[in-house]
Amino acid sequence: MILLWLLCVPAVGGALAWLAEAAHPNWSRWISIGVLSLDLLLALALISPATSSGHPAWIASFDRPWIPQLGISFELDLDGLSLVLILLTLALSLISVVISWTEITERVGLFHANLLWTTTGVIGVFLALDMFLFFFFWELMLVPMYFLIALWGHENRFYAAIKFFLFTQGSGLIMLVAILALVFIHQHATGHLTFDYLALLGTKMNSMTAFWLMLGFFVAFVVKLPAVPFHTWLPDAHTEAPTAGSVLLAGVLLKTGAYGLLRFVVPLFPDAAHAFAPVAMTLAVIGILYGALLAFGQNDMKRLVAYSSISHMGFILLGVFAWNTLALDGVVVQMLAHGVSTGALFILVGALQERIHTRDMRFMGGLWASLPRLSAFGMFFAIASLGLPGLGNFIGEFLILLGSFHVSVAFTVFAAGGLVAAAAYSLLLVQRAFHGRIEPFPGRTGLFDLTTPHLVVMTVLMLSIVGLGVYPQPVLYQVAPGLSLLQHSGQASTGLRARVAEQP
Amino acid sequence: MATVPLDQGLLLAAILFTLGLVGVLARRNLLFILMSLEVMLNAAGVAFIVAGARWAAPGGQVMFILVLTLAATEVSVGLALILLMHRRIPTLDADAGDQLKG
Amino acid sequence: MREFLWLVPALPLLGSVILMFGSAHLSVRTAAMIGVLSVGLAALIAFVISAGFVLDPPVGGVYQQTLWRWFHVGGFSVDVGLRLDPLSLLMMLVTSGVGFFIHLFATEFMEGEQGYGRFFAHLNLFVAAMLLLVLARNFLVLYAGWEGVGLCSYLLIGFWWGDPLNGLAARKAFIVTRIGDTAFLIGLLLIATRLGTLNIASAMTRAHETLHVASPMVTLIAFLLLGGAIGKSAQLPLHTWLPDAMAGPTPVSALIHAATMVTAGVYLIARTHVLFLLAPIAQFTVGIVGALTLLLAGFSALAQNDIKRVLAYSTMSQIGYMFVALGVGAWGAAMFHLMAHAFFKALLFLSAGAVTMRLHHEQDIFKMGGLWRRLPVAFWSFLIGSAALSALPLVTAGFYSKEAILSGAWADGTRGRVLWCAGVVGAFVTGVYIFRVVFIAFFGEEHTHVSGSYGWRVIVPLIVLSTLSLVGGFIQLPPAFGHITLLSDLLSTVLPAPLGATTVMPLLFASFASISGIVVAAALYWRPTHARADATPLWRFWHAAAGFDWLYDRFLVCPVLWAARIDRDDFIDKIYSGIVWVTRAGHFAVRRTQSGRVRLYAAGLALGSICLIAIAVLR
Repeated sequence: MILLWLLCVPAVGGALAWLAEAAHPNWSRWISIGVLSLDLLLALALISPATSSGHPAWIASFDRPWIPQLGISFELDLDGLSLVLILLTLALSLISVVISWTEITERVGLFHANLLWTTTGVIGVFLALDMFLFFFFWELMLVPMYFLIALWGHENRFYAAIKFFLFTQGSGLIMLVAILALVFIHQHATGHLTFDYLALLGTKMNSMTAFWLMLGFFVAFVVKLPAVPFHTWLPDAHTEAPTAGSVLLAGVLLKTGAYGLLRFVVPLFPDAAHAFAPVAMTLAVIGILYGALLAFGQNDMKRLVAYSSISHMGFILLGVFAWNTLALDGVVVQMLAHGVSTGALFILVGALQERIHTRDMRFMGGLWASLPRLSAFGMFFAIASLGLPGLGNFIGEFLILLGSFHVSVAFTVFAAGGLVAAAAYSLLLVQRAFHGRIEPFPGRTGLFDLTTPHLVVMTVLMLSIVGLGVYPQPVLYQVAPGLSLLQHSGQASTGLRARVAEQP
Repeated sequence: MATVPLDQGLLLAAILFTLGLVGVLARRNLLFILMSLEVMLNAAGVAFIVAGARWAAPGGQVMFILVLTLAATEVSVGLALILLMHRRIPTLDADAGDQLKG
Repeated sequence: MREFLWLVPALPLLGSVILMFGSAHLSVRTAAMIGVLSVGLAALIAFVISAGFVLDPPVGGVYQQTLWRWFHVGGFSVDVGLRLDPLSLLMMLVTSGVGFFIHLFATEFMEGEQGYGRFFAHLNLFVAAMLLLVLARNFLVLYAGWEGVGLCSYLLIGFWWGDPLNGLAARKAFIVTRIGDTAFLIGLLLIATRLGTLNIASAMTRAHETLHVASPMVTLIAFLLLGGAIGKSAQLPLHTWLPDAMAGPTPVSALIHAATMVTAGVYLIARTHVLFLLAPIAQFTVGIVGALTLLLAGFSALAQNDIKRVLAYSTMSQIGYMFVALGVGAWGAAMFHLMAHAFFKALLFLSAGAVTMRLHHEQDIFKMGGLWRRLPVAFWSFLIGSAALSALPLVTAGFYSKEAILSGAWADGTRGRVLWCAGVVGAFVTGVYIFRVVFIAFFGEEHTHVSGSYGWRVIVPLIVLSTLSLVGGFIQLPPAFGHITLLSDLLSTVLPAPLGATTVMPLLFASFASISGIVVAAALYWRPTHARADATPLWRFWHAAAGFDWLYDRFLVCPVLWAARIDRDDFIDKIYSGIVWVTRAGHFAVRRTQSGRVRLYAAGLALGSICLIAIAVLR
């Protein structure tokens, strides 16, 4: 039942926030903060107290018939993987509200409504275990995101919003076809029409069919991830979106792609995914290196960060298709760390744009002198994103590399080259924006440094990434049972249902 | 009563239809286009009648009545549209109404 | 007392964190206090622990401390833990001790600079990272220190961020070393997968048990570790970052060259000597790399006019000696020279800093001249440092340590003899280039105005380091000079093969090389009026350090920059734009037909129906 609350609170809160604008815009903001805090508390209450990996995989479930004639039910299940991702989602949403306080001044209520509805959709994606319901939430999170970009974005926002929508919608359609095909194949085999993920696991089909269906899911998730060559929506969407939109996109929406790969692609089609792994890993390595090259060449700071996301997501794709415990744990840590570090960088770029009204690094330089705190945080997160040991991203990347090393040495070696490339573009960002000669551009006098809300947000993000880097074990314990269950179904393709029944 | 041979009846219908079609395509005056449409509808009616007579089936005549009502409504709606359009553009030239183009 | 070992890296780290967050609110005095005291306390604790360790060795000669479990995944776990054995003890003492004196010097040197607190924050972090590196019990913790050291070098080389060139040098240092680091990381992955652990001691044991001598696997691992060491220790071919690293403030250079960073590679190889003993090819490569670097760097140092660049090349050259020692299996000699080098190189940099801070940061030796009268403290310190660097026989620490290396090489058969020859040539060149600086900068005519005077915070470190540079060698004397073996006794539990016995003839020969180097320098540069010879191609060749920078620039950096610039708009996006273009073109083409002409539509209808009927009838 608590899972339903988890979904309803932001959904209803969004409507409330919209209505509350009539009284005063600040009402919307406070309502959003309240709603998200409440939801965060709900999610925190779900953290299992065990400090070892011995607790049951499914922490909570909720199952009601929805459209029983078609075998569709409203089925929500939460395991450790979903939980940490939901926590990340809620934390970043909360932060998005805080940092939009001064940035968003028009249609405040609608903005917060869209933000909360996006959050709802994402939480739904992380919870739904009915394929139809999953698809429903998958589409649900796109629409408010589209509006976030199209209504509150920057110069080229309509182009970016439509590009984002077309890419994700088109790939979603492919997934829908794959879902339907999978369901019908299952019905054909067992005479039982159902969209239940757990029932669909281990559906027998010939390898050619499995390959094409796997590809359908794969494309949908990889577009969202994104991996080369489906990445081109990302820099535009990130760059044009308002800061909160970029934070949500990078921090959360990209993770739905990774989550989908983990939850659906490999467990549903283990053999096909295994056969496909070399191709996927090649794409991953290309993504790592090519994303880094693109990031290196950018003048727009936000685009640089966006392309660096592509590079980091390459590691996640690599880890997913390496499919062993080390790599999967690495994927989880990398998802969290990337959400935090990239989110923070986007917030900083947003704050910078609010102050100097440009994102073009050719018009920056020497900002450390006038904005020391902002620059120091910028440097910290740039360093986090290049994977310095002791910070979260390193744990993720190391575990992924170690896991994939067991599978393929060559891919790992090339992927490790991404570490050098990450150093190149991260330090270039620091150099061009914060260091270097202080250029006398107009309107650069009397810049005000980060204000208290931003400082609090940044400190929280910094502490969390340090915590993740120094002591990631709590997170690893939290996700371990869920991951091992996934891993089991991904390898042996036995039904999960029996195992769920065993759990108290 | 001597029946009209099917071939000749259908030939008449075809000629009428072609005349109507040519009228629709070649005329620019909307009223003439409307009249040509009537001719085409009636050509279809003739075909129904001839066919109905040939197989002694009542359906042909039923269809003819349907075509008649169709023609009547079509003319009334069409004339109303032409009137409305004429108020905006004081012409009956069909090509002048190309503001609906994409 | 030993249980406080964790404080040794933690104290500088704490100081760094306090300074980082509080630098805006702290006064210069407080910042200096925090910066110096944190490292000073760490050094004190390190000293007390070491004394206890020597007097009352723990069981097995190793003290281990587990702090917390970093992560534990699928049966693979990494603990954050410290390990104190004679090798890490020596490194810990050198790092914290020399680091402390450099900090003390820096408090005066950096006075009046912008970002004083930030400077000490980074400096503290540097020492903390290095201490973590040397004390690490686990390869991954070592790697964390390893990367931390790289980061701090980046932060400090680019400390004066107002000049883009400094930023370039800083990034170059970080990226070039990171190439080596990545090789190291891949080596770690290989160790983790093949040996099943990243705990250094157990990995070494398992390697000894499971891997065969000269098997491809162990050779590959050793080469990858060597890659890391080469990057950090600025050896061929990843050496190009070190001369540029002179962009940082002088205390930073002293720290990088003496106490932290560049010695890390030597320490790594000594620490993993088991692997290198199992892979003779890799070990010999270490020696070859060292010999080539020491010659290349020595000749390059001859052609520099910037006092700090001379010292930078001399560091590369001296690290080359240590690599030679590692290559011939004279592990103890390498560590001995590492220690002696830490003393005299810190001394040289600090005295060079003491010179330049009185000369408005003028670093060109040809613009100095005659300084021995004006700056006696700096002169004598620099002279002592130079003497130790050029291994002036009998009285300097450098002589004993270099002698240990050369005798180790001599004793290692034919290929050792080759390395020995390189070492002797290097010793000669060393004498020439460093006394070239001494004679040009400190003798002859005065060219510049000298201002100000030194406080105790400059003088004390110079005196202490001078003393250490002179007497530091007496802890290990060859049999011919009294046979003291403090160091080799200490290291005997962790490193195989005690320091080699000396044969007299090669020793005499090497001493002769050193002295003749000094004599040649005196002959050439005593009157430095005719000494400036910029124009010859040979001079330019060595001034550019044999053109490695040019080569990398042309064949690595430029293509990448070119590719990044060309592909700024992402050619893959062009494919999608192409699809959009085709769609749009189709749209325009078809839009024409929607003309709004009713008769045209009717014609279309008619034509379409006719076609359909025709198809239906004729089929």
